[in-house]
Amino acid sequence: MTGAAVLGLLALAFLFALCGWLLGYSGKRLRRRDDPLADRIGALLPQTQCGQCGFPGCRPYAEALARGDAEINLCPPGGEAGVKALADLLGRDPLPLRNGPPAPMAKSVARIDEDRCIGCTLCIQACPVDAIVGAAKLMHTVIAAECTGCALCLPPCPVDCIDLVPVAAGVAGWRWPAPQGN
Amino acid sequence: MAGLFPWAGGIRLDPCKQESSRHGLRVASIPPQLVFPLLQRNGRNARPLVAAGERVRRGQPIAAPDDPLLAPILASTSGVIGAIEERPLPHPSGLSGACIVLDADGRDEAVDLPPPCDHIALPIAEQRRRIHAAGIVGMGGAGFPTALKLDPGGLREIDTLVLNGAECEPYITCDDSLMRLFPADVLAGGAILMGILQARRCLLGIEADRAEAIAALESVRASGGFAGIEIVPVPAVYPAGGEKQLIRLLTGREVPAAGIPADAGVVCQNVATAAAVYRAVACGEPLLSRIVTVTGPGVRRPDNWLTRIGTPVAHLIEHGGGYTESARRLILGGPMMGVAVASDLVPVGRETGCVLVLDGVAAAAPTLPCIRCGACADVCPIRLLPQQLYWHAQADNLRRATEYGLDDCIECGCCDFVCPSRIPLVQWFRSAKGELAAQQQARRVADHARARFEARQRRQQREQQERAESARRKKEILLRASGAPAEADGESAAAEKSGMD
Repeated sequence: MTGAAVLGLLALAFLFALCGWLLGYSGKRLRRRDDPLADRIGALLPQTQCGQCGFPGCRPYAEALARGDAEINLCPPGGEAGVKALADLLGRDPLPLRNGPPAPMAKSVARIDEDRCIGCTLCIQACPVDAIVGAAKLMHTVIAAECTGCALCLPPCPVDCIDLVPVAAGVAGWRWPAPQGN
Repeated sequence: MAGLFPWAGGIRLDPCKQESSRHGLRVASIPPQLVFPLLQRNGRNARPLVAAGERVRRGQPIAAPDDPLLAPILASTSGVIGAIEERPLPHPSGLSGACIVLDADGRDEAVDLPPPCDHIALPIAEQRRRIHAAGIVGMGGAGFPTALKLDPGGLREIDTLVLNGAECEPYITCDDSLMRLFPADVLAGGAILMGILQARRCLLGIEADRAEAIAALESVRASGGFAGIEIVPVPAVYPAGGEKQLIRLLTGREVPAAGIPADAGVVCQNVATAAAVYRAVACGEPLLSRIVTVTGPGVRRPDNWLTRIGTPVAHLIEHGGGYTESARRLILGGPMMGVAVASDLVPVGRETGCVLVLDGVAAAAPTLPCIRCGACADVCPIRLLPQQLYWHAQADNLRRATEYGLDDCIECGCCDFVCPSRIPLVQWFRSAKGELAAQQQARRVADHARARFEARQRRQQREQQERAESARRKKEILLRASGAPAEADGESAAAEKSGMD
């Protein structure tokens, strides 16, 4: 009788140990290194990489949001709509943007005044999306199609030869306006 | 009307077609100046092949599309390129865009065209190439490149060609006049298209009240040589001439949402496109002119004009005796789906079938709140619920609007027409669609920027590692070769060089 009880206890202890080891092993081995929540937040951010949120790029901000270390109202390019989308995803209350609503601005891209550029490469180092080409002591230029208009290249320029110029929307960018007077 | 598969909805409109179809067809003179917008379907500009001051001849390509699948732009008469400059575009925005301006010299000299040939003997690829080179696009209004439509990629089997002769919008009679006067061209074009698509049958849908055109087509068909082509009168219910509606009516097949007719085994072409295909393939003639209806209460003498592509609308209005005192609104296309333009300097394009000048009675009445009467849902040919779409579009809830089938709306305007509160429903839907497209575009741009940002971060990380590695190696070498400094210098320089590579 006692033999059977001891055997039963041993068997249970063995099973517990096995399960514990299995859980521990799979927890270590199968853990996702990337953060799926940060990915989903990243999909809502405008990806201008402008750093106005105080984080060095959209990904770090998304990771901070996923950890719960940041407010959802730090992204001016995303606008109120962006805050609302983040609030929906994260189940938080929508907040007004930290520095007030952003001035409405047409999409702009940086343009280098090539006559004044001295070829210092500082803007190339500042550009978060590698949209500036050039080499030391050679003229630089912006690939307009890749530029996000983040303005990070403006402060480093020692000769102040970079400007943000609005992109003409043209016919291709034209959309039907919503009806007025309702 | 046996053998038809009617769809629910639609409205009966006053046809207003007698005015413009009384006199048959007149030939408009070549205007002193023709305008060819460079804007293509994909929103980008075609690349001009000519410079200002250059002499061109009729049929010469003057601009090439940036995408080789799009149709080239051809000079429709001979003359000298006056300028390549901004001109008002035939576009609802009223914006200007780059256009090639051709000053006609009146001699109308043609380039050497491929000789007329027995097109049956031509390989299919060559027939398609001729259609492409002739600059043929869908002439029913959409302007989709015809050669591209005839090449469904071999993945889908096409068994039916639908020829769209159902001009369901009021006022327009350009296709009616074409079918009355050139029925043989239309049917021969249908036969060529059938051959290219390897389709078994061809159904030509035409509104039942177009008796004269039906008789003309039937008499040509009876003369033989058009096996498999059938002329099917359809009820004159708007929008019977909508691509999906006509396919449904004639074949009973439903084009899937977000799909194309080829998904249902059908290709649909306008009758004017078919006639242009016949002239291009059999006669070697490019698409340089088309029939344009100039009509409406704002024009003195409504008529159909055989017009060179690129003719400014003002020139056609002049042919029609000018504007009446009541003329208020200028529309390219019909009153239901046409595009209101602000200037009569815009040119007639390959897809422009009608220049309509309306008087100003429809304006002024204020919009009232939606009373949920459901009249719009009764007439919607797609069986959507316009009142729900309107609700969500107004609330900027695009996700819900999409769930209610916003993308499937063909913007036919039936709901606008019956709405007792005069709500501009279609404009709400267009604006919501535009907003949706803009959001998707912004998403694509953001994803692209993220990919580039991450690539840059990986590169910076790699460079940092490489620098650390090279510094470590340099240190090692220096330690090892501390006895022979000259040699070490050379080696460390080499190490640094390899580190930088």
